[in-house]
Amino acid sequence: MSLAAQGLAFGYPGRVVGRGFDMALEAGEVLCVLGPNGAGKTTLFRTLLGLIPPLAGRVTVGGTDVRAVPRAQVARALAYVPQAMSSAFDFTLLDVVEMGRTAHLAAFASPSRRDRERSMQSLERLGIGDLAERPIHTVSGGERQLALIARALATEATHLLMDEPTANLDFGNQSLILDEVARLKATGAAILFSTHHPDHALRIADRVVMLRGGAVLAAGPTSATLNSENLSALYGRPIDVLEVASGDGTRRRTCVARQSPPLN
Amino acid sequence: MLIPTSRLPVALAAGLVTLAVLAAASLAVGSFPVAPRELASVLWAAMSGGPSGVGDNARAIILEIRGPRIVAALAVGAALGAAGAAYQNVFRNPLVSPDILGVSSGCALGAVVGILAGLPAAAMQGLAFAGGLAAAGLVLAIGSLVRGHDRVLTLVLTGVVVGSLFSAGVGFAKAIADPYNQLPSITYWLLGSFGGVLPRDVTAAVPLMIVAILPLALLRWRVNVLALPDDEARALGVDAARTRFVVIGAATLATSAAVAMAGVIGWVGLLVPHAARLLAGPSFARVLPLSALLGAIFLLVVDTLCRTIVSGELPPGVVTAIVGTPVFIALLAASSRRAA
Repeated sequence: MSLAAQGLAFGYPGRVVGRGFDMALEAGEVLCVLGPNGAGKTTLFRTLLGLIPPLAGRVTVGGTDVRAVPRAQVARALAYVPQAMSSAFDFTLLDVVEMGRTAHLAAFASPSRRDRERSMQSLERLGIGDLAERPIHTVSGGERQLALIARALATEATHLLMDEPTANLDFGNQSLILDEVARLKATGAAILFSTHHPDHALRIADRVVMLRGGAVLAAGPTSATLNSENLSALYGRPIDVLEVASGDGTRRRTCVARQSPPLN
Repeated sequence: MLIPTSRLPVALAAGLVTLAVLAAASLAVGSFPVAPRELASVLWAAMSGGPSGVGDNARAIILEIRGPRIVAALAVGAALGAAGAAYQNVFRNPLVSPDILGVSSGCALGAVVGILAGLPAAAMQGLAFAGGLAAAGLVLAIGSLVRGHDRVLTLVLTGVVVGSLFSAGVGFAKAIADPYNQLPSITYWLLGSFGGVLPRDVTAAVPLMIVAILPLALLRWRVNVLALPDDEARALGVDAARTRFVVIGAATLATSAAVAMAGVIGWVGLLVPHAARLLAGPSFARVLPLSALLGAIFLLVVDTLCRTIVSGELPPGVVTAIVGTPVFIALLAASSRRAA
C-alpha cells in the first residue's frame, strides 16, 4: 500500500502554506522532509493525515482519497507521531500506548486483554517495557518519544508519519530515536519524518524533500539531493557536506555550516 | 496509583457497601431520630408490602421525607461527579467544573424567572432545566460559528461570557424581586438545598440523569482518547468533534437535571474527579464510575451534616465550599508530590 500526494497545495482557508508537492511512500522506505522554520512541515503532515483538506491536488492512501476514507480506517493505515506528548493528565506509558488500539475497537468497546498485551509488546519492542506503569511525566524526553512511537506501532499502521521526532531531545536521545527509525524501516515500515537536522536525513533517509518559501526546492535520493548547493539554498547560509571517517571505520557524510567572518 | 486496574471492581463494590451503610445511617439520624430496629422494619415492610408495626410518624419521615431527600443527594452527587469527570476530560483541563458552559447560570436564571412569575415549584424546575440547556446550547452554537484555532479554548471562553450574561440577568432579577417573599427563596435556591425535594422531583430527575450518564459510560474509551490534543485523537481514529459534542450534551443534561432539582451546589464536579484520579489514575474508564460513586457519597454526607449539625438547615453549597477548599488544596499538594 502506498501513501501518495499529487500536485498538493496545503494550508488554511485564505492562506496557502505550500504548493506543488508530490510524493509516493512505499513499505520499507524512509522519506525526510527538510525545511527552515515556517516552511509548513506540520501543515503538510496534517494534510497528509487527512486532518485538514488540501487546497489543491489530493492525498491518496492505497489509491483512495484520504478525505473519503473513514477516520478509523485511516488510523489503521497511517500512524501519527507528534513532536511531544502533551496531556493535562498523568497517564502511564501503557495507558498512552493502549490509545493506539482505538481504531481497532468498536464504538462502545474498551481495549481487551489482547489489546493490552499488544500494547505491552510495542513497548517491549522499543526497549521500554519496564517503564509500562510509570506516569508519562516522570520519564525522560527520549523515553516519552519512544512511547509515542510505541503507540504508533500499536495501531499496526503500515505508514508512520513522524513530525520532528528528535525535536527537544538531547544528542544521545536523538541518536537513539534515529536508530529505532532505521530498525522500523528494516521491518518494512514506511516512514515519513521531518527534521531540522540534515545530518539525520543523511543517516537514515532514502529520499529527501526540501521545502522553502511554500514550494519544493529539491526532491530526490538523499545522496544526490543533500548537497552543499541545495542545503545552502534551503537554509540561506553557506553549508558544506563533508565526508568523515567514523570510529567504526565507515565513512559518513555530515553537514557543517560555514562560519561567517567576525565583524570588526 | 493506589487501586490497580484488576482491583477496581472490588473497590467499587466496597464503595457501594459504604454508600449503603451511610444511607441507612442518614435515614436514622435527624431531628426525629429513628432506632435501627424501627428503620429495618419500615424498610422491610416497604419492600415486602406487609405491615411494619411502626408508628406512622417514623414511617412517613423515612419514606416520604428523608428517603427522597437521600436519593436526591445521591443522584445529584453521582450526576455532578460524572459530568465533572467528563467535562475535565474533553476540555483537557482538570480545573474545569460542570458549570463551565454557563449551565449553572442558565439554570439559575430559569429558576429566578419562575420565582418572580410566582410559578409552582414544578414549573420553576422545568424553567431551570430549560435555562441550563439553553445556556449550554448557546455556547455550543457560538463556539461552532467562531472558528478559532483552538476550539476547546473558544468553548471555554464563550462559556465564561455567556455565563456572566446569564448571571447579570440573575442579578437584575434579585434587584427587582420582592425583598420579603421572593428574594429569600431566590437566595435559598442559589445556594442549593435538598430540603424541599419531593418524591415526584426524584422520579422526574433520576431517569434523565441515567439517560445522560449512559452515553458517557458507553463512550468511555473514546472520551479517554479525547484527553489528547484533537489532531492526535483524530489520527487515532476518533471523530473528535462529534464525540465531544455528544459528551458535552450528555454532561450538560446531567448537570441541568441536578441543578433544576437541588439548586446550585458547587465544588462536587470539580473536586470529586480529582479524588477519583488520585485513587485510580487518569483513565476515564476508571475515573467515571469512581467519580459517580464518590460524588454520591460526598453529597450524602454533606446533606446529612447540613440537616443535623445545626437546629435549622445549612445550605449544602456552603458546606461543600467549606469542605472543598482544604480538600482541594490537599489534593493539589498530593498530586504535585506524586509528580515530583
